[in-house]
Amino acid sequence: MKIAVLSGKGGTGKTLVATNLSFSINNSLYLDCDVEEPNGHLFFESPLISSVDVSLPIPRVIDEKCDGCMKCVDFCKFNALAYVGNKVLVFDKICHSCGGCKLVCPHDAIYEEERVIGKIESRKYGGVDVHTGILNPGEESGTKIISRLMEIAKSKREEITVIDSPPGSSCVVMDSIKDADYCIIVAESSIFGAHNLEMVHELVLLFEKPMGVVLNKTTNGINPSKLYCENNNIPILLDIPFSKKINAISSSGVLISEEDEKYKIMFTNLLKKITGGEIS
Amino acid sequence: MLIGIPCNIKDLNSAVGESFGRSNYYLIYDTENNNSNFVINHASNSQGGAGVKAAQVIVDNKVDALITPQLGENAAIVLKAADIKIYKSILGTLIENISALKKDELPSLMEIHQGYHGHQ
Repeated sequence: MKIAVLSGKGGTGKTLVATNLSFSINNSLYLDCDVEEPNGHLFFESPLISSVDVSLPIPRVIDEKCDGCMKCVDFCKFNALAYVGNKVLVFDKICHSCGGCKLVCPHDAIYEEERVIGKIESRKYGGVDVHTGILNPGEESGTKIISRLMEIAKSKREEITVIDSPPGSSCVVMDSIKDADYCIIVAESSIFGAHNLEMVHELVLLFEKPMGVVLNKTTNGINPSKLYCENNNIPILLDIPFSKKINAISSSGVLISEEDEKYKIMFTNLLKKITGGEIS
Repeated sequence: MLIGIPCNIKDLNSAVGESFGRSNYYLIYDTENNNSNFVINHASNSQGGAGVKAAQVIVDNKVDALITPQLGENAAIVLKAADIKIYKSILGTLIENISALKKDELPSLMEIHQGYHGHQ
């Protein structure tokens, strides 16, 4: 079963939930798909087992074969190519690696070269198989890295895969949840938090995935995110009250479920709610 | 000499377009015969890479000098590869900017921004 952990914005506690949920399960796979700023590995500190580059094919032009017909420039819907001074200029970071320019070139003047955009680091921490997607700074899209992480999930035999999604509701988030069997949305107790919850809720509805919400950093006051869940019939899986203790443990890079048994039970129960039929 | 300027209305007395890549038209002005011609910027509605495509329009129209309030780095790479001179526009209309360039009163555009990449 693949469980994606999402949030409308950064800092809600997505990584807190994803890492501790993974740790509370014997033999789990943790995939950090928050490739722009992956930080789950900070809680799973252990020697690197492997680091594999992820690359994209980018067009290169053999100038001697090019006669300046500009078919490739006109074809590119992303405007990654220009033709100036008898030469095709390629803007690597605009290119989406569709390969179309190579296909439309009537003179076979275009070939592809692999360009590294990031990497996947793998570690083992207790019973958790940890894989971290890392997009190099300045790169535009981590889509390819996320699809590679999903391939890892297909090749492994762990019963539970936890996907730590990127924050927000953009394309990369969709890539991270399309293979998921269940979505956990982590939400803060503020108007802003409820607004972000609504955006992610709409996205998960589009994908028709079963889902539930973890309310994080709750206080005694009115919780707009809780009201949103009640008004929209979204099951509330867990309520984590604001706690300086959780904050202090997490800030030192330690998993709360490893530090204190009661938190481990909290996350084991969260998993039971998702898998045990208590949530329809 | 052919001068190019981004603009949103086909009128010599209209203002210079605020964005290079996303303006509706380019004025192509011929200083030999004072002829003006407005070409459509097909890049104006592009999802991304507007600067590159817009610069291609300028290159294809054989412009010698571009007057613009600002320019992104990708567009600058294309224009520099074509040896097109780049000047910074002053406040005022298209024709006022052309007059200023003729009198050599426009500064070269020194600042190239990093592009908006979808964040308008």
